[in-house]
Amino acid sequence: VSPPGELLDSEVAERVLARGLVHGGEFAEVFAERRAGLTLAIDESRIESVQAGAEEGAGVRVLSGGTTYFAHVDGLDPADLERAAGEAAAALRGDRAEPQPLRAEAPSPQPIEQRPEQIPAVRKAALLRELDERARAAGEEIAQATASYAEARREVAVANSDGLLSGDDRTRVRIGAQVVARRGDRVETGAETLGAARGFELFDGDPAAIARSAAGKALTLLDAGPAPTGSMPVVVGGGFGGVLFHEMTGHGLEADHVQKGASVYAGKLGETVAQPLLTAYDDGRLPGEWGSDAIDDEGTPTRKTRVIEDGHLVGYLHDRQSAERDAVPPTGNGRRESFRHLPIPRMTNTYIAPGEAEPEAIIGEVERGFYAVSFAGGQVDPATGDFVFGVSEGYLIEGGRVTRPCRGATLVGNCLQALAAIDAVGNDFWMKTGICGKGGQKVPVGTGQGHVRIAALTVGGTA
Amino acid sequence: VSLPGIASAAVERALTAGAGDAEAFASEAENREVRVHGGEVESLTAATQRGLGLRVWIGLRVGYGYGTDLSADGLASIAARATEAARAADEDEFAKAPHPDGEPSVVAGLSDPSRAEWSPAALVELTLAVERSALEADARVAAVEQAVYFDSAERVAISSSAATGGEYETTSCYAYLQALADGESGRETGLGFGLARGPADLDPAAIGREGAEHAAEMIGSTKPASRNCPVVLDPTVAASFVGLLGKAAGAGAVQRGRSPLAESLGEQIAAETLVLYDDGLDSAGFAAAPIDAEATPRRRTALIEAGRLQTFLHDSYTARRGGAASTGNAGRAGYRTPPGVSASNLVVAPGTASLAELLHEAADGVYVDDVAGLHSGVNPVTGVFSVGASGRAIRGGEKAEPLREFTIASDLVSMLRAVRTVGSEPRWVPFGGSVSAPPLLIGEMTVSGS
Repeated sequence: VSPPGELLDSEVAERVLARGLVHGGEFAEVFAERRAGLTLAIDESRIESVQAGAEEGAGVRVLSGGTTYFAHVDGLDPADLERAAGEAAAALRGDRAEPQPLRAEAPSPQPIEQRPEQIPAVRKAALLRELDERARAAGEEIAQATASYAEARREVAVANSDGLLSGDDRTRVRIGAQVVARRGDRVETGAETLGAARGFELFDGDPAAIARSAAGKALTLLDAGPAPTGSMPVVVGGGFGGVLFHEMTGHGLEADHVQKGASVYAGKLGETVAQPLLTAYDDGRLPGEWGSDAIDDEGTPTRKTRVIEDGHLVGYLHDRQSAERDAVPPTGNGRRESFRHLPIPRMTNTYIAPGEAEPEAIIGEVERGFYAVSFAGGQVDPATGDFVFGVSEGYLIEGGRVTRPCRGATLVGNCLQALAAIDAVGNDFWMKTGICGKGGQKVPVGTGQGHVRIAALTVGGTA
Repeated sequence: VSLPGIASAAVERALTAGAGDAEAFASEAENREVRVHGGEVESLTAATQRGLGLRVWIGLRVGYGYGTDLSADGLASIAARATEAARAADEDEFAKAPHPDGEPSVVAGLSDPSRAEWSPAALVELTLAVERSALEADARVAAVEQAVYFDSAERVAISSSAATGGEYETTSCYAYLQALADGESGRETGLGFGLARGPADLDPAAIGREGAEHAAEMIGSTKPASRNCPVVLDPTVAASFVGLLGKAAGAGAVQRGRSPLAESLGEQIAAETLVLYDDGLDSAGFAAAPIDAEATPRRRTALIEAGRLQTFLHDSYTARRGGAASTGNAGRAGYRTPPGVSASNLVVAPGTASLAELLHEAADGVYVDDVAGLHSGVNPVTGVFSVGASGRAIRGGEKAEPLREFTIASDLVSMLRAVRTVGSEPRWVPFGGSVSAPPLLIGEMTVSGS
């Protein structure tokens, strides 16, 4: 584990911060980053698209009277950093302000047992070949299989004029399998992923099981009929089903949306937004989870934040600036895609806490409805609350039983109504990985829940 | 050291490291961004960014390395990463360095030198004008979530051991805002945007007005009844679907059997009235350039004429594999990713019908202003889609009450075949590619609401 000083020398940081405040401002910050990554893929049973890279650079921001002045540069030479500070300060006009002396902190990063970059490429290729073989072995109707492997390491250091100097060393690995099944003119696809803020030890078990699972989804869809249309009860599966909560509630709890009145959850703190059976968290400290880090990208230690407690809205997700505006402590949600981006409030791992219902009973109580096991993705407009989800694996529920697979279903609805309509939360629970986009920045996030039922939601099918 | 100098030094390093052939792509950009909210500047960004990507061939294996350290040592590291990557790849009989032929195309108007004369203060004023215009356009507009201006001046240099390489420079800018309007049923949002080569060609008042109109017109919106009916696609929505079509027409997806157009060369995939070009030479589109990402000259390619699919889009790899010639469609997202087939600017040839005439012809249907969930609601292999939508009812041949929370569903080819009339007023849209599209009247589509 390297202390932040290895990436960002404290004397250099102090000079950069002083330079940033040379024309005034209340706050200056330097964020330094070194990132390295490797990706490879298998397609047509051939290892290809092998890509390896390394980047480093820094972003400097100066805050003055509600305005952020930001500059970023490639490279970590002290001269580059000072140049960035000079550019950030260039548009400011005022008297010199003085930064506080730096106090170095060394938070413990997520532990990594097997550093991925030390694993020979042939083992990564072998892992992909195993995924490929497993997918193709799933049946004669498997027409194609592709799989990908990605590893990334981000070492970050952040120093600010309040005297903070901290850092983090983040490693993530992820594999994915995509399968195409064909029967006559029918073509269907299935996908599955496995990822974590861990090392190569993530693949110690049976990682290729995801290829079998992806193939199973595609094969199941070959038998799928058209999705139903109209308003009906919808049971959402666990794991990546949590992306529904991520979109319809999580984004609306990010404090930047709230403070601009661009969230349907604005002004609702303390109010009832869901039935008493619902409690939800954002937790950036969950060991090894995809959205976990030791600190956020402003140096605030990550934490577990309860956002909904027994149906009441109890918290928003803050970065440093939004927390100051609301006069509350930051929640460790100030994240950025890279040194080339400004931090904004973002989710980490967001999940609905396990409830008491048995998953079988959640489905068994539905006379006619839709079972959305997993999603291809979703989108929300936090200001209006309108959301849409593409269902990648869905089934019809008839007479309390899952009867047949459906293809091409989309769920549309409004956040507040759909959240209030959750009338069952399962006692099963697991997390999945996601990549979340906001304001042109992508960050890794975890989503999770057990089975959850929404009493009424619009299913837009192809029927 | 000049950018072309850096690129050719990287190629030399790769050959020294054991590559049989190498191709370097170096880019350097100066970016500025202004964000305003409530009449105040939220953030002001000034940035430079440089990077280099190196594609190497060792025998029939290809690998890729990239980095931001462009010193001699840095280039050596990139070369080492790229050659190591190639050694981890399997052999591919079609993996060879491109040998582009032909002179770079001459494309005027890629760069607006007056961009540099705009001070940060002037750009702030422009962005504030965007916000102000939205607030003044309609009393129901309560606020603007944010108004954003962004510009970039980018230089690109490509060097190859197998070909001449090339270099060019472009500028681009855009501004957009998200307006918030208040109605009895809650907040509505509306997007307004504009793009140009330089800030002088942006119209801040028009951008603000567009956002305001979109937000205000959604007040009081309801869910439509489910039915099959004529649908008019706004140019922004038409462009999003055309972007998907461009992906489907890429030979990479076709050769690997993952395109809904895989078996459709020469077939009727759209109504006769639909004509679509891939035009890498139209400088109004941001994908225009003298050369593509492999230094093959950009060109104009007819994709759909009289409704028939004329060709697939090729880079050097798919051309060699498919026994065709590159169409100059090697694209890349930046120095971090290797070239791959992608559309340049997709241009739908405008028809003769005004929007009023399209609405009149539709008579009773739905005008789709916006779609959501394109990345999750479309099956790229089959082209089957179901996406969230909002817009207006069409009654008596005119736009009527606002509609939300419905979906439209079809598949790409069926939708294109159902195009009844092509509008006469195109617009450049930057979502999901660079597309110029007019409004389109689709004879019938499935609309799912209540």
